[in-house]
Amino acid sequence: MVLQETVTSFCGGGVMDTQTNETVISVKKVSKNFLLPHEKNTSIKSTVVNIFKKKNRSVETQHALKNISFDIKKGEFFGILGRNGSGKSTLLKILAEIYQPTNGSIDIKGKLVPFIELGVGFNPELTGRENVYLNGALLGFSKKEVDARYDDIVEFAELEEFMDQKLKNYSSGMQVRLAFSVATRAEADILLIDEVLAVGDADFQRKCFDYFKSLKKSGKTVIFVTHDMGAVREYCDRAILIDNGVISLEGKSDRVADEYLKLFNDSKSKHQQASDNRWGDGRVVIEKFSLTAKETIKLDVTVRANDEDIDDYVLGYRFYDSEERLVMGGNTLNASNSSRLSLEAGKSQRLIFTIPHILGTGTYTLATTIRSGPSVCDNWDGMADVKVSKSEGYYPIIAPAEMEIK
Amino acid sequence: MQSTFFKKYRYSLVLLRELVITEFKLRYQGSVLGYLWSVLRPLFLFVILYFVFVYFLKIGEGVPHWPVALLLGIVLWNFFSEVTNNGVTSIVQRGDVIRKINFPKYVIILAGSVSALINLGINLLVIGVFMIINGVDIHWTSLWAPLFILEIFVFALGLSFILSAVFVRLRDINYIWEIIMQGLFYASAVIYPIAMVIERSPQLAQALLLNPVAQSIQDVRHLLISDANPTLYTLSGGNLLIAALPVVFVIGVLIFGAWFFRKRSPHFAEEV
Repeated sequence: MVLQETVTSFCGGGVMDTQTNETVISVKKVSKNFLLPHEKNTSIKSTVVNIFKKKNRSVETQHALKNISFDIKKGEFFGILGRNGSGKSTLLKILAEIYQPTNGSIDIKGKLVPFIELGVGFNPELTGRENVYLNGALLGFSKKEVDARYDDIVEFAELEEFMDQKLKNYSSGMQVRLAFSVATRAEADILLIDEVLAVGDADFQRKCFDYFKSLKKSGKTVIFVTHDMGAVREYCDRAILIDNGVISLEGKSDRVADEYLKLFNDSKSKHQQASDNRWGDGRVVIEKFSLTAKETIKLDVTVRANDEDIDDYVLGYRFYDSEERLVMGGNTLNASNSSRLSLEAGKSQRLIFTIPHILGTGTYTLATTIRSGPSVCDNWDGMADVKVSKSEGYYPIIAPAEMEIK
Repeated sequence: MQSTFFKKYRYSLVLLRELVITEFKLRYQGSVLGYLWSVLRPLFLFVILYFVFVYFLKIGEGVPHWPVALLLGIVLWNFFSEVTNNGVTSIVQRGDVIRKINFPKYVIILAGSVSALINLGINLLVIGVFMIINGVDIHWTSLWAPLFILEIFVFALGLSFILSAVFVRLRDINYIWEIIMQGLFYASAVIYPIAMVIERSPQLAQALLLNPVAQSIQDVRHLLISDANPTLYTLSGGNLLIAALPVVFVIGVLIFGAWFFRKRSPHFAEEV
């Protein structure tokens, strides 16, 4: 059920030219422990009390990162993937030199600008203009340097009329636009980008993507942390997957992205009992099925009526993406040979669907439902997975056009 | 090597400048009189203290230009208390930024003290006007006064380094410092002339002046207003060794404060 087409990395091409063998970031055996006292001594009283009661001073050590090592080459787009709480953010903060590693070392060559979060130091009581200068200073720009870039920043953020208003009167989208606009002016050799794509409207996201493309072209080294696997596949050359404080996979971004998605599917099937993803009154059930995806997707289902004659039933199929969004589907009514389907008690029937394969790169989950009259006979979620890697890029649906050249 | 050092230094300066400007802009946000308050506040305090201590209690009658000396003392004390009181909580208050970006943390402390220093400058201008109105003789020796103001600044800075770093872990320090400051205020000969103490016990006066705040306020009064304000140097009979004690202490506090702050600051992001 896994589709393996020839994997042509979308990220390749031009980047390879700017990439060299020079290592700009070298992470060597980095560990990070957090000491979590069960009763934090933040007042003299508790400190004094705990001095006398020595047994009470239990400290729990949390191992956020365990012996992590990797290198990043100059000009590389490097993805860091991992679930929430995997240690990914800790690693990011160590790379940005906000946290000190407990063990190991980090060697960074060149100027690193961390965008751990956009708009650091933004003050709601200051105007947009004043915040640009303050945020700029945190990114290392002198007043003169901000002066020179000011018009560009405002234009890029599309906030010309609002610059003399206080930031607290900005919408959150406007704040993000302003913050991103300042951040993109940062002149650095290495950029640390954390989840900035998740914000803003479609128009703004397009701008972000354009910016990343320009970074790629200019041969900057970028460390990229996101949950958007589409972006990882499109932009990253290599990636690591962090799970429970260790690197569970390092390699080509496509492979790591797949592994990341599998992490969720694994944990999902663990938590989800069979009864949860299959339910219905059982008058008609799916006996067996097969799913193949090549030039077309072929779904072959054998349906059986159990104890009674069924004189009218409908079978529907749906495909969901990794974020459980419905991507496409159909049923026996809108299929080409559609007809009223009936089944005698104890008999089986085979239905073969040939579905156009328009799914883009990603992992999709099939679900089916058999319905007779108003009641559901057999609903089956998470029936099978389809893994697709296509050369067209990261489009969720591939819609080739009929093109005329005149 | 030298260029990376310069870059680091440059970043701190850029940041310091912007933080001082921000602090100044935010200080009197939303108030109608704005910056005028930085002059009005010590002025009103002076009026109150003048009525209580000079008019009713007749303190400082024998000291020439005592009201001006009183105002000068209040202004210098306020400067010291502003730097240290704001300093205690300053790192924790900026915790939000510290958790998101790496920058030299001492800039936060420096920015707070520099903006207080600007405030002091405005206040000293007001005192200058009072001195002229009161007919205070101005001597060449007045030029030494900034040196002692610098001493208060350095002392407050060193203390802020220590207090702010301790406050990250131990929040009690804020209240402790409040109490110390209250005691120190009365021990620093701000609202009464040191001559009153000398009448009772010259030894006690000398001991009080070992406190750098009291000593430097006394020295500034001596230089700017009238040499009827005795200093530690004159009290000790010109003993340079004793006169140098508070200065040595101040330098010691700054060195220890800077060392302690530097040692603690890499952990601020995790602890605030």
